[in-house]
Amino acid sequence: MDDLGYLKETPSQTAGPYVHIGLAPRAAGFDIFDQELGQDIAGPNAKGERIRIEGLVIDGTGSPIKDVLIEAWQANADGVYAHPESPGTVEDGFRGWGRVITDFDSGEWGFDTVKPGPTPGRNGSVQAPHISLWLVARGINLGLHTRLYFDDEASANATDPVITLIEWERRRQTLIATRSERDGLPVYRFDIRIQGDDETVFFDI
Amino acid sequence: MTTPAEYYQRDPGRHPPALSPRYKTSVTRSPRFALISLEQRVSEITGPTFGHGDLGALDHDLIKNYAQDGDPIGERIILHGRVLDENARPVPNTLVELWQANAGGRYRHRKDTYFAPIDPNFGGCGRTLTDENGYYFFRTVKPGAYPWRNDINSWRPAHIHLSIFGSAFCQRLITQLYFEGDPLIPRCPIAQSIPDPDAIEQLTARLDMVATVPLDSIAYRFDIVLRGRRSTLFENRLEGN
Repeated sequence: MDDLGYLKETPSQTAGPYVHIGLAPRAAGFDIFDQELGQDIAGPNAKGERIRIEGLVIDGTGSPIKDVLIEAWQANADGVYAHPESPGTVEDGFRGWGRVITDFDSGEWGFDTVKPGPTPGRNGSVQAPHISLWLVARGINLGLHTRLYFDDEASANATDPVITLIEWERRRQTLIATRSERDGLPVYRFDIRIQGDDETVFFDI
Repeated sequence: MTTPAEYYQRDPGRHPPALSPRYKTSVTRSPRFALISLEQRVSEITGPTFGHGDLGALDHDLIKNYAQDGDPIGERIILHGRVLDENARPVPNTLVELWQANAGGRYRHRKDTYFAPIDPNFGGCGRTLTDENGYYFFRTVKPGAYPWRNDINSWRPAHIHLSIFGSAFCQRLITQLYFEGDPLIPRCPIAQSIPDPDAIEQLTARLDMVATVPLDSIAYRFDIVLRGRRSTLFENRLEGN
């Protein structure tokens, strides 16, 4: 406690190489919980377009990182978060939160969800559709926050209050996922570069 | 419409810097550009919520939740404490998850090849929700130290990994707790990646003889502090006291 009576935030530490044991035990190689959390972000009743997100997390040498855990947090198709302080309601079973891990061999990660709608910004502004992502891994001392935006939302992205806050326009592109189709399903590619050329923008939120 | 108040800015001096060269893996896994600081919006002041329906009855009891034909080998401990915010207000109904090695320092993970044996009765993970007062507890065995490839003779102090959600995505935190008096703490590049000695002290669980169960389990106390938030709302701006 400081002399004004505030407590200090508990310091962060890396999640380490075995984060799967606690947060994704089946990947660690054993079955312990009735249900692992974060496996279904949108649920079966969610409105909106079903999409898949895929990517790699790449280190400063250009190599994929194969022991990352990523959490996603997003609004539903109407721009409502599954949280009591977000105005509006979400569909039954919509959590808006999920966690995925990178494949031990390839480093690829991915999740299925619905495309979020625009959400309110500060002072009456509107935020373009986006998914908040949080990365932890061995070698990462404090979880890294970033945002995924969609390349088919160019006009909304152009006025998004967070994207436009980034004064280096070339860096803004690191937050935009690119759309393609596979078997009739929209797939957005989002590679995250931790360090070096085209380093992804990370936020202190 | 009222808008919720925002959270206090994170004090970067409290946390390890992204680049901590003595912890070698951080060298290629740390951004070179500075983080861009955001004023909070609804995306940051909301976060996932959890209920008792998400958890099983033994999820907080690592002595029993993977027991096959007996109890795990090791020092039986109770780990307990409160989750508070920086205003010292309890954080109720928040998910606390934990994972750890067994008493010999071996993890039940397909990638761990350390030759200390797996304990057939110990999984090493657990989770619980804080109660209305922000209180949580686990039962487990005290983990052992283990070697890791940093320097050739690097050993992690005994530690338990903790994951805490809070009520907002901006409070999301993963950390590690250490045990009071462990001589490996001052030698550990991961613990010492935190520049402030007082902050390292905050990661040290205290022996708690009051909560110790006689002839059964010794107790350690570990309180967790998440970011606090303003309490006063002004019109429709995200502001406060």
